[in-house]
Amino acid sequence: MNKKWTPYLLISPFFVFFLIFGLYPIGYSLVMSFQKYGLGGKVQFVGLFNYKLMLTEDPYFWKSLINTSILLVFGSLLQHVFAIPLAIMLNTKFLKGRDIFKTTFFLPFITSTVSVVIIFTRIFSENYGFVNFVLKAIGLDPVRWMSDPTAIKVLLSIIINWKWIGWNTIIYLAGLQAIPDDLYEAARIDGASEIAQGLKITIPLLVPIIFFSTTMSVIGGMQMFDEPYVLLGGYELMGGTANSGLTTAFYILTQGMRWLRFGKASAISWLLFAVILILTTINRFVTKKINSDN
Amino acid sequence: MTKKTNWRLLVGKIFLYLLMFLAAIAFAFPFYYMFVLSSWQNIFSNPPRFWFGTDVAHNFKALTTQIPFLVNFFNSFGIATLGTIGTVIVATVCGYGFSKFDFKGKNILMTFVLSTMMIPPFLNIIPFFQMMKTFKWLNTWLPLVIPAMGSAYGVFLMTQFLKNSVPESLIDAARIDGLNEIGILANIVFPLGKNGIAVLGTITFVNSWNNFMGALVMLPNYKKSTLPVALSTMMQRSDTSWGGLMLGTLLSVMPLLIVIIFFSKQIIGNLTAGSVKG
Repeated sequence: MNKKWTPYLLISPFFVFFLIFGLYPIGYSLVMSFQKYGLGGKVQFVGLFNYKLMLTEDPYFWKSLINTSILLVFGSLLQHVFAIPLAIMLNTKFLKGRDIFKTTFFLPFITSTVSVVIIFTRIFSENYGFVNFVLKAIGLDPVRWMSDPTAIKVLLSIIINWKWIGWNTIIYLAGLQAIPDDLYEAARIDGASEIAQGLKITIPLLVPIIFFSTTMSVIGGMQMFDEPYVLLGGYELMGGTANSGLTTAFYILTQGMRWLRFGKASAISWLLFAVILILTTINRFVTKKINSDN
Repeated sequence: MTKKTNWRLLVGKIFLYLLMFLAAIAFAFPFYYMFVLSSWQNIFSNPPRFWFGTDVAHNFKALTTQIPFLVNFFNSFGIATLGTIGTVIVATVCGYGFSKFDFKGKNILMTFVLSTMMIPPFLNIIPFFQMMKTFKWLNTWLPLVIPAMGSAYGVFLMTQFLKNSVPESLIDAARIDGLNEIGILANIVFPLGKNGIAVLGTITFVNSWNNFMGALVMLPNYKKSTLPVALSTMMQRSDTSWGGLMLGTLLSVMPLLIVIIFFSKQIIGNLTAGSVKG
């Protein structure tokens, strides 16, 4: 075997699969976004028409972006507000049974979204659910979790939080355990209180991990599809009452897979991708600024 | 002074354990509820079911009447297993090429791999669907197994891992002994890379087992599909057997649940290693 060609031969299987199944569809998607797919398979070049339509005339597109943003704040970002204190508590020296707590917190992450949603529809069922039973018992009105527009968003946020808090807790815990004990030791000798240690040592050293984790959550949250699709009756109901659960990824698949409007679906995909790129860039910019300030 | 601080410590300890237990209950309760409901034929009651019933056998019958559960289970398992094996082999071979050789265009190709890691799946799912239609691969395992082998993430992970875990001197010695590249891969790279392979394998298997969107688009017919698609279809029936559905959900969650309870350290370590270092 010619030695010069060995590395190329080794990396070629990956590139063959990647070019055919990864890169080609992306190029194809860009082409599709400039096309209109008529009945009977007629394809027509329409330039930026699909993009213009989405940005100026399609109320569902904007509705879906607003829904996604709300769920991003109360689902993807809020989970970190719970995960960080949980990680700090898990990191407490004298805590016994840490591994059992860790495993319990982690269980939701390995459970499929479909299973999670099926279980949560029973816990939050309007007439027989556990949560409404408790609400009634303490004298409150039961909530129509799956038909009230606001309650739909609350329930979706609860599901996202439940599924991802544990995962982030473990990531933050790994970050906390990487902080050397000497730092705290030195601070203690200097007479710093525990709160001061937390503010001056723990939080600054966690900042890079916080930004990494929130970036991942934002990228994931922008693509949310499984939860609203399963919870709210699939493509037919398009996100339930007042399309309250219609996320942008959900709308892409509704356009593409249900209505077979491949051009419009592709245009929305690229618009969503642009939003993700902007958010990621802002995040990177902020991270750099904070890192250079320290 | 010491007495006072001890009191504070004790109160803090109690408070800490209280919060930990509350959190643990919040995360564990839905699983408990799933177990309880899967043992009742009629899950609807007021007050809600809180303890186990006796209808498991009935529910299993209802489950297998409404969806071909064993077929779905087999599909989920087959797709996840084949996809994982394929991904691991392609990524390890490619990672060996990137980490242990110098060649023209290496940096450009690696940068290319890295830059494609961020491409979100929704961007190519529609054209990919069109492509699979042309290939006549819809409603088969292929669209969920073959493309996974082009995992940029896997290549990145294995390149990083093999860089540190396979000593170059060992490869050189093997070459002097007359071992060819396939022999080196089989006898040195794969055995020494087993921790990295475990990380990539765990991530790929769990993602594939839980994959919903891909299976929904590529295997839309629930009779030939994976567990998540079949269960979500069953849920949308007008005559859903909810006891059966809860049992099906339980059985679909069980394999990973059992594995993680016995190997929690390794599994959590594997899943997070790919994220923290990546």
